[in-house]
Amino acid sequence: MTSIIPNYIKKLFQFTIKKTEVKIEENAFLQCPQCKSMIYQKDIDNNFGICPECENHFRITNKRWVKILLDNEELFPLFEKYKPNDTLNFPGYKDKLKILNKKNIDEAITIYKANINGIIVLIGIMNTEFIMGSMGAVVGERITLLFEKGMKENLPVIMVTRSGGARMQEGVISLMQMVKTSAAIKRFSDSGNLYIVVLTNPTTGGVTASFAMLGDIILAEPNALIGFAGPRVIQQTIKQTLPEGFQRSEFLLEKGFIDSIVRRNNLKSKLTDILKIHNYK
Amino acid sequence: MKDNDLIKKLISLNEKAKKHGINITKEIFNLEKKINIARAIRKYGKKGKEDAWEHVKLARKLERPKPQDFIEALITKKIEFHGDRYFKDDKTIYGGIGYFNNIPVTFIGTRKGKNLKENQLYNFGMPNPEGYRKSLRLVKQAEKFKRPVLFFIDTPGAYPGIASEEHGISEAIARNLFELSSIKTPMISIITGEGGSGGAIALSVAEKIIMMENSFLSVISPEGCASILFKDPNKAPLSAQSLKLTANDLKKQGIIDEVIKEKIGLHIDKKIGFEKLEEAISRNLKEIMSLNMNDLLKKRYEKYRRIGFG
Repeated sequence: MTSIIPNYIKKLFQFTIKKTEVKIEENAFLQCPQCKSMIYQKDIDNNFGICPECENHFRITNKRWVKILLDNEELFPLFEKYKPNDTLNFPGYKDKLKILNKKNIDEAITIYKANINGIIVLIGIMNTEFIMGSMGAVVGERITLLFEKGMKENLPVIMVTRSGGARMQEGVISLMQMVKTSAAIKRFSDSGNLYIVVLTNPTTGGVTASFAMLGDIILAEPNALIGFAGPRVIQQTIKQTLPEGFQRSEFLLEKGFIDSIVRRNNLKSKLTDILKIHNYK
Repeated sequence: MKDNDLIKKLISLNEKAKKHGINITKEIFNLEKKINIARAIRKYGKKGKEDAWEHVKLARKLERPKPQDFIEALITKKIEFHGDRYFKDDKTIYGGIGYFNNIPVTFIGTRKGKNLKENQLYNFGMPNPEGYRKSLRLVKQAEKFKRPVLFFIDTPGAYPGIASEEHGISEAIARNLFELSSIKTPMISIITGEGGSGGAIALSVAEKIIMMENSFLSVISPEGCASILFKDPNKAPLSAQSLKLTANDLKKQGIIDEVIKEKIGLHIDKKIGFEKLEEAISRNLKEIMSLNMNDLLKKRYEKYRRIGFG
C-alpha cells in the first residue's frame, strides 16, 4: 500500500480518528436526512427508529428488528454454518469479508425460528451492513433452506428485505440465487403456506426481481426505495430527471405492486392479524 | 500499512464522522475505490489480461448473428405471436411456434437489431416488463400443448427506464423465475451474445443452458461493475476479468451445461457454429424429452439448488 494514498493523508486520517473519538460521547444528536431537524438519538431509538418530526424510517440494526417484531428474549440464528467464500478470487472480496467477520456480522441475512405474539414463524432479516445486504451464495442458500424448512414444518415465512441486489463479487453464482430462491418459493407456495414480505429501504436489483416480489402479501415501510434498476442508472440511461417519489413505497402502491404500507410501530400487530386470519396460532 | 488496515481505518473513520454529523462518505468511498483499482491492477496488470474484455466486445459485435438469425436458421414454418394480453406487445421479445427438426416447438428470442434504426425499434435488446409477460404467456401455452421451449438470448439486460419500473419490471422477472421453475415442459436456453443479468436470467430457467463460445453471462455489465467497485467505467476490462463471465469460465464453474465452439467467430463464419448448435439442441432435446415429468421438474430444481453450495 505504498503508492496510492500519500503518507500525509494517512496521518491526517489517524489524527481525525482520535479527534472524533473524544467528541462522540457528548454528541448524541443526529440530523434527520429527510426533514433536516436535529433530533436526540434516544428519541429516535424510543420511537422504533422513526424520526419523531417527519416519520422518516431510519435504517435500524438487526438486533433492533428482532426486538421490534419478535417476542423472544434469546434467539439462535439458523443455517449459520454457511459462510461466504471468495470462489471467483475477486479483487478485494477476501479482505472485505475478513473485515466484516471481525465486526461480527456473518452475512447479509439472518434467519430465525421465532414467535410473533405467540405465533411460530420463520423469519429472515436482511442486513445492509454486510456488503449492502447483497445476495450471494450464502444468502441464496439460507433463504432456500428457510423455505424448504417452512414447507416441511408448515410454518409461515416472513422476510424483511433490504438489499442492493445480487452480489457482484460472486458473479453468476449470485445471479443464479435469484432462480434458486424463486424455485424454492414456488414449491413452498404450492404447499399452501403463507409468505409475507416486508420491504424496507432500500430493496433493489436482483433481490426485488426475485424473492422480494413473490410474497402472497407484500407490505412496505413508508418511503422505502424499491425498484429494479437504481435511480442513478435510470437517470443516466434516459437522461431525464426522475419524477418525485419515483420508486418509493407510495409509488409502488399506486402502481399496484404492493398490498399495503405499514409504519414500523404498527408492523408487529399487522403481521399478527394477517397470521391469525390464515389460521396460524 | 496494508490495504486491509487502511480500509478498516476508513470505515471506522466514516462511522465516527457520521455519528458526529459530518458527512465524508463520498471521500471515503473514493479512497476505497482507489484501493480496489490498485488491487485489481496488481492482480491482472494495468489493463487486465484483455481477453475477457475482448470476449465481451466480440459478444456485442454488431455483425454477430442475433437470436433472430439463429431462429431463422434453426426453426422452420415459423408463426410469430404478439402481446402480453395485459398491456402491449414488446417488440424486443420475438416469440412464436415452429418446427425444430420436425419437432413442434415454442421459440422465444430477444431482438436487438443490426443498425441504429432497428436498434431503436428494439430498444437495443432491452425488454420491458411486457416482454417478460409475453414470454411467460408463450411458455404457458407451450406447457398446455406439450411443446418444448427454446430460448435464444442476447440482451444487455432488462430496460432501466421509468415506464419499465412503473409497470413492475421486478415483478415481471420474479414471476418468470417463479413460474418457469415448475413449468411442465422441457426447456433449453441458448445464450448467443450478451447475457445481461436478471434480464437474461428471466429467460434462462431451463433444463439446459447452452452458450455460444463467444457469448457471456454476467451479474452486472463490466462497465457497471467498474463504475461501482472501481468508480471508473474505463476499468471495464479489469472487471470483465474479475467477473469470470465467459462461456468457458461458466462451464468450469459448473453453472452452464455446454459451450458451442465457434472456430473463427460467428461474425465471420456462422455456418459451423450453427451446425454444432443444431446438433447440440437436437441431442439435448432428445435427452430431456425422454424424461418423465416428475424427473424433469426434480432435475430442474436440483440444477439450480446446488449452485453456491452443492
